Amino acid sequence: MKFLIRSFSVLAMLLTSAPLLANINVFACEPEWASLTDELGGDRISSYAATTAFQDPHHIEARPSLIARIRRADLVICSGAELETGWLPMLQRRAGNSKIMPGKPGYFEAAVMVDRLDVPADIDRSMGDVHASGNPHVHLDPRRLQVIAKALLARLIVIDPQGADYYRSRFTNFSQRWQQAIRQWQHQAKALKDSRIVVHHRDWVYLFDWLGIELAAALEPKPGLPTTAGHLHSLKQTLTENPAKMIVHTAYQNPRAAKRLSQITNTPVVELPYTVGGTEQVKDLFDLFTLTIEKLKGAL
Amino acid sequence: MKTNSIVTGAIVFACFTSAPFAAKQSSFNPDISLTLDGRIGAYSNDSDYELPGFMLGGEASRGEQGFNLGHNELSISANIDDMFFGKLTTAIAEHEGQTEVELEEAYIETLAAGNGITAKAGRFFSDIGYLNNQHGHAWDFTDAPLIYRGLFGDQLIDDGLQVSWLVPTDMYFKVGVEATRGERFPAGGGANDGNGAQAVFAKFGGDVGVSHAWQLGFSHWRADIEGRASGSHDHGAGAAVEVPTYTGESQVSGVDFVWKWSPNGNSSQQSLKIQAEYFVRNEDGDVALAGSDPLELTTYQGKQSGWYLQSIYKFMPRWRVGYRYDRLNSDNQGSDAVLLTEAGLDNEGHTPERSTLMLDYSRSEFSRIRFQMAKDDSYEDSDTLFFIQYIVTLGAHGAHSF
Repeated sequence: MKFLIRSFSVLAMLLTSAPLLANINVFACEPEWASLTDELGGDRISSYAATTAFQDPHHIEARPSLIARIRRADLVICSGAELETGWLPMLQRRAGNSKIMPGKPGYFEAAVMVDRLDVPADIDRSMGDVHASGNPHVHLDPRRLQVIAKALLARLIVIDPQGADYYRSRFTNFSQRWQQAIRQWQHQAKALKDSRIVVHHRDWVYLFDWLGIELAAALEPKPGLPTTAGHLHSLKQTLTENPAKMIVHTAYQNPRAAKRLSQITNTPVVELPYTVGGTEQVKDLFDLFTLTIEKLKGAL
Repeated sequence: MKTNSIVTGAIVFACFTSAPFAAKQSSFNPDISLTLDGRIGAYSNDSDYELPGFMLGGEASRGEQGFNLGHNELSISANIDDMFFGKLTTAIAEHEGQTEVELEEAYIETLAAGNGITAKAGRFFSDIGYLNNQHGHAWDFTDAPLIYRGLFGDQLIDDGLQVSWLVPTDMYFKVGVEATRGERFPAGGGANDGNGAQAVFAKFGGDVGVSHAWQLGFSHWRADIEGRASGSHDHGAGAAVEVPTYTGESQVSGVDFVWKWSPNGNSSQQSLKIQAEYFVRNEDGDVALAGSDPLELTTYQGKQSGWYLQSIYKFMPRWRVGYRYDRLNSDNQGSDAVLLTEAGLDNEGHTPERSTLMLDYSRSEFSRIRFQMAKDDSYEDSDTLFFIQYIVTLGAHGAHSF
């Protein structure tokens, strides 16, 4: 009898303690969103990043492991603006998970929460891989990230109302640290203002918009298309007339084109982390911007 | 102070206040996607195509010589509401001078049933095997593997209902059942009250590290076949056209396996895919020569099997090279050996096999040009086949399945 009572009370404890440890499963399309959700969600969530900094988020396969993950997700957080259009809709359709379908609270698109750059007035496939909703790489502007964090807070509260206070206090804490970091970064990056930089793909427009950097040219002749010899030649001419400080690319892009242009124009090449995990030192969003600015300044 | 105002400014200009759950910015128009497919083919051998030990039907053929069109498809799909997704695909093809519009897919599928359940109703590609539910233009070779050609007439498509369940495990594990009409090849015959074929399948999958992913599948299909017709048989001027038909039970079992590798899981630069499938079909019934007078009939116990192994290597962005090996076996018995031979069910001591090489170039995700060469020993007269093919997609961006 005693044993029964004891086991009952243990069971009751387990059951009642469960909501306190509400474990919200978060499926993040890219590592930056897993990191942001961790900042706000703390112990109440467990996040999974579907891609790494070494994978091109435009081209991911709807692998079985991703379908298994998204099936159990309570919240899916992605860049949106058609960045994941080649794989996310397939995962959503295959998952049989009503919570994370478009239009449901469990589906959060970061890019739609902020104002986007590069929104084409007119769109045609001959223009390359352009997105009708604008450039999706919004996480590289910390001001926009702050806005997204606030929208994500609201969403976490909708999904897990019991955790509202917890999320709010973590958001306040994050915001304070973030604003302070932004001030520091802006101070550090003053030297970069008005620098001309060549990019591989237009992943960097939000970073450049924030820091006042001029995007000199892109190695891709059109978004998503590989560099050609002819394009390199015209870039060489552009840079001879008006030199650039450096050429930047991400870990997932083949550095060959950047190196080639570097040889013919004597412009340094910098690999930037692009997202969390892009280099070993980048463990969260704070590290991401600190290291990015450090690397950019190092090449000046 | 100045920097502070920049931050607040950023917050003000953003439009999060109403926290819209709005997702896609697309309009209410459905996604429309048009696939254009054209080819040039050349053979070294002009004799009629056959696959000894198999009764051919459906789309089965080795393709045409010279300039010809493949499957030009128009596909329209959209989420219907928050519960259903719908899709219609028509293939426009030319058969013997006639332009035919075929309904390839016309189905609705649940989006939000929850608990890992998905139901699909209408006409769809069966989920048996690995390749079967992929569109022809997504295949890595111009033509279907021989075993798909021999058993399903390239692809198993039927009208009915499919229910699948994604089991909530760490490993990908999905099971599903299908109940279909069974009127089209290879089920044949709309008898059985329009409910003639059933299938079950299970798929497993996962990752090994970040660079490898795999999937393993098992499937089984059965039908009570009523008069499945194969290619007609003409005995020269004046003679009646006789068509071999099969009536009886049919059971197909298959196993399929796919392994994909790409450095750090970044397939946009380099990737390797290894894929293999094996199917075996057991049939027990009768074969008749429809149109013969008096009706020629034989008992038939068929055992047909086959497999293929293929590997595709993307060695740099845009370029892929691939190799495929196909092999079939059959051991068909019946009371009238001569009749079985006439029906194409005697393998004539031949083991069909084929080796195929391909190279393709994709300018973008929307266009592909392919060169293919095959050493085809699928029947006694050895053949060398060449194809040059273009496949382009206009319109909506089709999501890639694994």
